Amino acid sequence: MTRRHFLDHLAGAATLGTTALAFGRTVEAAAATLRRQHKSTVLLWMNGGPPTIDMWDLKPNTPTGGPLKPIATTGEALISERLPLLAKQMHHLSVVRSMSTREADHTRGRYYLHTGFVPNPNVVHPSYGSVIAQQTESLVSGLEIPPFVSIGGSSEGPGFLGMAYAPFQVDESGRVRDAQPLVEAERLNERLALLAEIEGRFAKQRRGAAAGEHAKVLGKTVSLMRSDQMVAFDVDQEPSAAKERYGDSGFGRGCLLARRLVEAGVPFVEVDFGGWDLHAGCFDQLDQKLPQLDQGMSALVEDLQERGLLQDTVILCMGEFGRTPRINGDAGRDHYARAWSAVVGGGGLQGGLAIGQTSADGTAVEGESHSSEDLMATVCQAMGLSLDTKFTSLNGRPMKIAGGGTPIRQLLG
Amino acid sequence: MLLSSVLSVALLLSSAAVSGAPTLADDNATSEQIDALLKASWKLAGVSPSPRAPDGAWARRLYLDLIGRIPTVDELQAFAAEKPAERRTRLIDRLLSDEYRDERVAWQATEAAILLVGRTGGTTGNSPVHRPGLVQYLREAFAENRPHDQLMRQLVTATGSVRPEDEDFNGAANFLADKLADDGVQATARTAQLFLGVSVQCTQCHEHPFNEQKQSQFWELNAFFRQARVERIRDEDSNRRYGRIVDRDFLGQGVLRQASLDGSERAQIFYELRNGRLKVAYPTFIDGTPLADVMAERGLTDGDTGRLARVNRRAELADLIAASPEFARVSVNREWARLMGYGMVRPPEDMGPHNPASHPELLETLAEAFRQSGFDRLQLTRWIVSTDAYGLDSRAGVSNRDDDPSLGVPPLYSRFYLRQLSAEQIYDSLITATRADEGLEETERAAARRRWLRQFTTAQENDENGEATSFNGSISQTLAMMNSDVMRRATELDTSRWRPAPAAGSASLADAKPQGFLSSIAADPTQTDAQRIERLYLAALARMPERGERRMAEALLATRAGDVGQTLRDVWWALLNSNEFILNH
Repeated sequence: MTRRHFLDHLAGAATLGTTALAFGRTVEAAAATLRRQHKSTVLLWMNGGPPTIDMWDLKPNTPTGGPLKPIATTGEALISERLPLLAKQMHHLSVVRSMSTREADHTRGRYYLHTGFVPNPNVVHPSYGSVIAQQTESLVSGLEIPPFVSIGGSSEGPGFLGMAYAPFQVDESGRVRDAQPLVEAERLNERLALLAEIEGRFAKQRRGAAAGEHAKVLGKTVSLMRSDQMVAFDVDQEPSAAKERYGDSGFGRGCLLARRLVEAGVPFVEVDFGGWDLHAGCFDQLDQKLPQLDQGMSALVEDLQERGLLQDTVILCMGEFGRTPRINGDAGRDHYARAWSAVVGGGGLQGGLAIGQTSADGTAVEGESHSSEDLMATVCQAMGLSLDTKFTSLNGRPMKIAGGGTPIRQLLG
Repeated sequence: MLLSSVLSVALLLSSAAVSGAPTLADDNATSEQIDALLKASWKLAGVSPSPRAPDGAWARRLYLDLIGRIPTVDELQAFAAEKPAERRTRLIDRLLSDEYRDERVAWQATEAAILLVGRTGGTTGNSPVHRPGLVQYLREAFAENRPHDQLMRQLVTATGSVRPEDEDFNGAANFLADKLADDGVQATARTAQLFLGVSVQCTQCHEHPFNEQKQSQFWELNAFFRQARVERIRDEDSNRRYGRIVDRDFLGQGVLRQASLDGSERAQIFYELRNGRLKVAYPTFIDGTPLADVMAERGLTDGDTGRLARVNRRAELADLIAASPEFARVSVNREWARLMGYGMVRPPEDMGPHNPASHPELLETLAEAFRQSGFDRLQLTRWIVSTDAYGLDSRAGVSNRDDDPSLGVPPLYSRFYLRQLSAEQIYDSLITATRADEGLEETERAAARRRWLRQFTTAQENDENGEATSFNGSISQTLAMMNSDVMRRATELDTSRWRPAPAAGSASLADAKPQGFLSSIAADPTQTDAQRIERLYLAALARMPERGERRMAEALLATRAGDVGQTLRDVWWALLNSNEFILNH
């Protein structure tokens, strides 16, 4: 029996579902061409909760203000003097200074800002990336790499949407571990056909969702392994001038990789910039961190603009909360959810605005405030997703996209 | 035919002695009580339970749950050689006996360490945790089946260095060593979660959105930790800084401190309300009992003092925890969740009237039995795995199709629920099944294990020591299963490295086999090709291949022109990558 015969033998076998061929023979499909009918979002996640009072909404010459001074920008907002490159890009970006939330511990705050829902023991909500990956799926034909990539961090999971929309995690170098098959292509096909037989048998036995979920992820994994689009992860192919422009930092490399992935058609990319939990020595550490943020984020905005992609790419920069206006005994700032800032732009959203305001000492939002739901609704609307979209959680509960939030009207121009 | 075809070989091993761990008289009573309560609940819900799981599948889950890996073919054969009516009880006895003590204790310590300091605790440069020190402590405790209340007491009250080489070494100190910064906020939160099943951490800043926990409760609990402080010890070789917990007098915080120096002995703490107002707190247990009242009953009038010579606040807290109904409840719920797939309360660290149990009477019954047993962990484990419910098939019938808590409905336990093996279980199972590390030196083996496990864990770098795993059914996990170095070694067939028969007098049967499981099967002249395929299925899935699966293997063998070695490699790779391998079912 020849190899061709072996696979044909399988194709005729009654026990075999379509799964075997779905991940057995895609290698023979013509190299897919990506049709771009969708927008993308890049979330710059400031893990740990950044002191936005020192970055986007400064309170100079007040007891809570800290040592950093504001500078003028190309937009309305004044931002920190440690962000001079971003200051030149602020006509593309708006600062929402009126974020007010209630979750001031990391785990709950991460969850809430990523999903638009507070944690609930009976349902796990999908995060930004999973919602967008699932909602844009029909628009993104020919994408063989995962639609939700998380660079340098774990992001949050797909919840009830299932592992097929889970974040694909890579480090800033874009290295995808274990992507090389152990055997050549034809033999891998044969192995996958054997696997499909075992996999399909078990999945059909009504043992629960996890058995079928695994088969889906297997299919996506094989598609990734075989794709020419993997080159998007190879950030080393960038000219050295591009690398210098984004900066010699993990975050800078992550932003550069994000741009490559957006170009390749990935609808949601998260770049994790950690270490913002500045309970002690806040200002010394800001002297290190803000220049990295400045270089990476400004390069990303400018580069996307130059490539004509900024109009189709939403940029969102935030953490799980802000930090206390009060400076503690260790020259640090503690968790503070009640009044803080997020930065958003691109994707057709209005840039250059300073939306809302906080009190003179930064402890409270004055006037209208905004929630995680509102921010997420804004991003979803910019992405072209309908805010009437409802999900049904696994236990049958209907659930509005973005937690039923209301878009921030100034941003929609 | 399942397993019975290999009975003749099994006779070789069936004489293995079952030692230790006598079965207590009330074992059956508690297990029967659990089953009776569950049966009543099924009747009420109108569902029939799934049938009994096949023996092979049941043995696989017991090995995974009790010692953290799947059984070998030899072990399955020994199990199959027992009388059908007795084999399940006998296997439980055996895995809880001294025969498996080292493996069981190592697995318990692995799981407990993850619970206490996470997967990243002690693995990053700035962590004060000495992970091997913690594991050493836990192994000693589990080896003697130390009562659970004692273990809790040691963890909550520990002082001393986390490093084994120090004179004041106390491995238990690793639990709090990375949680005492920032006034012990994390020590408070984790102690409450792990030993009281209460999530108070979000009440540190505001009142809990779902339950009645008040911000004051958090800080009143926090006040118990204020005598403890962590000092850093620099390790000369690695330049790492480890932790040492010391207790010292706590005289109170802030402006009133002066007063306490003047003779007042109430050592208070302050916390800030959302509106910025400062409030004062003294040690008070979560049930509202002030420590001062406890002390007053013992004739001590200044119970709020922070002077160690008079009151050791953490020791008092441990006593209050041990005596609380919450402690037994959260302990049994966590073990139940570990073995049955889902807790009666989910998540286990957020119990209380706002989050009622799926089976309140069962939870109370089990909690009471656990307390009566003197918090005997192995006894608790034995009760649960001895139930009929633990032994049910994972396949749903018609009436219990909707009994699937992964869909967000409360569990009925009318079937066994699928669950992902942890990264640790997968690695240890892979090594057991494939013997893929036989060619490596001992230190290389440990390093390879650590490397493989580490790639799936991300630390969040925040003061809650948050972390995430990508070993959750993700593409990254699937890539590692398909293409990683350990899988390459597992599916290699390198006859040039086959070892000759061992020297005379060698005690272990395993020594007689060529290097690697696959090679040993391929090289065994007594086996037919069909038997070789069967052994692969037994090793990976604890079952025999079905007709369709046999036919496929035969077709592939024909394609390979009878090269059985290459065929085995392909079948083996497919088995190890299947849902049936990576799930506990």
